[in-house]
Amino acid sequence: MENHSESHIVPYKTYLYILAALIALTVISVAASNIEFGGFTVFVALLLASIKSSLVLIYFMHLKFDNKILQILVPLIFLLVGLVLFITFLDYNFR
Amino acid sequence: MDTSIIVEDEHRDDEGSKLGMWLFIFTELLLFAGLFIVYGVYRYLNPEAFHLAAQQLSVSVGTINTIILLISSATIAMASSSIRLKNKKLTLILLISTLVMALIFMVNKYFEWSGKIHHGFFPSSDTLHTLGNGDTLFFGLYFFMTGLHALHILVGVVLITIVVVRVSKNTLTDENPVLLDNSGLYWHLVDLIWIFLFPLFYLLT
Amino acid sequence: MSQQEKTSSHVSFRDYKGKYKGLLAWILSTDHKRVGMLYLYSIITFFITGVCLGIAMKLELIAPGKTVMDPATYNAIFTLHGVIMIFLVVVPGLPAVFGNFMLPIMIGAKDVAFPKLNLLSWWVYIFGAIIALSSLFMAGGPPDTGWTFYAPYSFKTNTNMLPAVLGAFILGFSSILTGINFIVTIHRLRAPGMTWFKMPLFPWTLYGTSWIQILATPIVGITLLMIVGERLLNIGFFDPALGGDPILYQHLFWIYSHPAVYIMILPAMGAISEIIPTFANKSIFGYKAIVISTLAIAFVGYFVWGHHMFTSGMSGTALYTFSFLTFLVAIPSAIKVFNWVSTLHKASIQLETPFFWAASFLFVFMIGGLSGLALGALSVNVHLHDTAFVVAHFHFIVFGGVGFAFMGAIHYWFPKIWGRMYNARLATTGWIMFFIGFNTLYLPMFFLGISGMPRRYYDYVERFHGPNIVSTIGSWVLFIGLFVIIFNLIRSAKKGPIAPKNPWGGKTLEWTVDSPPTLENFEEIPVVEKGPYDYS
Repeated sequence: MENHSESHIVPYKTYLYILAALIALTVISVAASNIEFGGFTVFVALLLASIKSSLVLIYFMHLKFDNKILQILVPLIFLLVGLVLFITFLDYNFR
Repeated sequence: MDTSIIVEDEHRDDEGSKLGMWLFIFTELLLFAGLFIVYGVYRYLNPEAFHLAAQQLSVSVGTINTIILLISSATIAMASSSIRLKNKKLTLILLISTLVMALIFMVNKYFEWSGKIHHGFFPSSDTLHTLGNGDTLFFGLYFFMTGLHALHILVGVVLITIVVVRVSKNTLTDENPVLLDNSGLYWHLVDLIWIFLFPLFYLLT
Repeated sequence: MSQQEKTSSHVSFRDYKGKYKGLLAWILSTDHKRVGMLYLYSIITFFITGVCLGIAMKLELIAPGKTVMDPATYNAIFTLHGVIMIFLVVVPGLPAVFGNFMLPIMIGAKDVAFPKLNLLSWWVYIFGAIIALSSLFMAGGPPDTGWTFYAPYSFKTNTNMLPAVLGAFILGFSSILTGINFIVTIHRLRAPGMTWFKMPLFPWTLYGTSWIQILATPIVGITLLMIVGERLLNIGFFDPALGGDPILYQHLFWIYSHPAVYIMILPAMGAISEIIPTFANKSIFGYKAIVISTLAIAFVGYFVWGHHMFTSGMSGTALYTFSFLTFLVAIPSAIKVFNWVSTLHKASIQLETPFFWAASFLFVFMIGGLSGLALGALSVNVHLHDTAFVVAHFHFIVFGGVGFAFMGAIHYWFPKIWGRMYNARLATTGWIMFFIGFNTLYLPMFFLGISGMPRRYYDYVERFHGPNIVSTIGSWVLFIGLFVIIFNLIRSAKKGPIAPKNPWGGKTLEWTVDSPPTLENFEEIPVVEKGPYDYS
């Protein structure tokens, strides 16, 4: 039957490179927390976290090699969370 | 299709199982999203207090735990490759190192939590009430969010243990690696949430 | 699927012998049809319980002052009525009963994608129900907060909040499991040739509903956990004295509970979209428009939660945004109503009971929908907020919309599920009484609300007396109608004349299989070539 999908085997090397990148980004975000960005501190921290989570999603969670549906759905979920946060803050920001 | 054969093998759909796992991950993400909304609102309402309260948490413990989780994520991801390359021994080594990493994380967490509780930082403690509302909320969220995250770690540990047992018994091989893949996906989710918890509680000082 | 080997060709799903016997053959069966029936029987039980609580409430309101119960009991009863009706009846309602039973058959599959998970979802449902209702029998009594569990009262009251809140949390799990199962089923198990736009409309609405179930339910899950945290640990999330914001609780609660309304109404719309073309003997008008409006409702419905909080003290910007979005979400619903009415245009209609339910659905849904627009307008809402008008509005949608669609669906698919025909005359009598009772019960509440009678009040001033009497009498007529309907269905399931495969001339796949269906539904998985409503 068509169900036994032959999935792409990712070489170990790829995972090690990604791991190195993730650890480097962690160190960068710790270092960046000591620099004064003013109002942008939260933004910088969240930006770095987003880059890290994208790496986890794309490589560790195989989105890069998966079918189209998941590649569309996953960003939509994050968009949804973003929209809910945005609308909630329409209340708190303008109260 | 020959309809005279009524006995058929059990319905199996790896692609479907993976989709199901992803949908479950979506619900988990939304579960934590609720807490991130609460965090965001209270940080917005108490910027100074959150700023100061975060300094009570040790950046080095947080960083070590982050790196431990990242490594464990990489090892279980590699296990997905090694099982397909029919390398049972390496798969077991990778899975067990993931488990060891999870345990180290929990031990660190335990010492961190007991340290905080020892200093009087726990929900509804007098110390927090004298410090003010911002600190009460910060530590309330800290315990609630890291606690729920730790609960997910425990669930992940149980899942991976099942996978280890099945791999060692040869009931999970390169023929049917979907349980290993899905446990991996779950474990990456735990990692993913921590990637956001870490800066929000430890770094924004 | 352990019972598979034992299948012989034409044994119905009700009669085949599996691994277990008697009751166990049902409560341990992973067959989607048996799970659907388990849900049906449990939901009907809870529904009747909820109806009795509602009747008791209406009886108390027949006269000002104390009539049959004291105020604390009244508070507990409206809370239980809400908890039972929302979490145990209408949220699982159509998806868990008819979705489970019909979805695999309608898309040409043998079962859902995860049959064991499906059975588990029923067990979780029963477990959650027991926990939620256990508060009834504990010292301190059932909760008295209303089904919304608003903070800070929900962690200050001395009644048994924890079981109710934990029960609702567990029921959320059941809902999520069903949602995951349906989405994977629809993605993976459609019959060969059934492209997305050849799928019937009921599965389409289940698809939309399932997405809301998996994406909105976790938010209320975490919110209820926070309430548990508040009660046990006094954390301060929603306690103003500790810096918490009770309005944030309302935000989080409605982020789920407004989309929950669409969890309820979308499959109801789907069932109506099946009934109308069948009895009109005509292809549905604007199939694609209905599909797209279903998805649009599911999506936009996620962002309108704030219209439950117009008087809570939100910022002006939030008020305008939520009001605007609320008006926006009315458009796809109106498109559907337009399509249903257009389908009926110049059709030769078969006047059967399911059609009566569908037609009356249109009537009550229009009243409910338009009164909803009145409530969505900011200035009107300030006047009508928390009055009987709101109660009338959502009963027209949730009881009128979902309830009428459920009744329509159960009569429509009755021959398929039980393999027998119901007594048409009794069914129509039941429908007439139910319809008259329903309108007598809820229409006066619009009037009461506009003149200022608040909701959830135990007592009222003399000038509200007249409409309240009318309303209470309506509740009795509705109850008798319900009794007639249920009596007829139970009797017909045993003694009705044997039903053919396709008594109504429906075109969707469930009418091509045996009545009742066999264990695996199809002898051979069908190949779909035509669209779902091809009457040409």
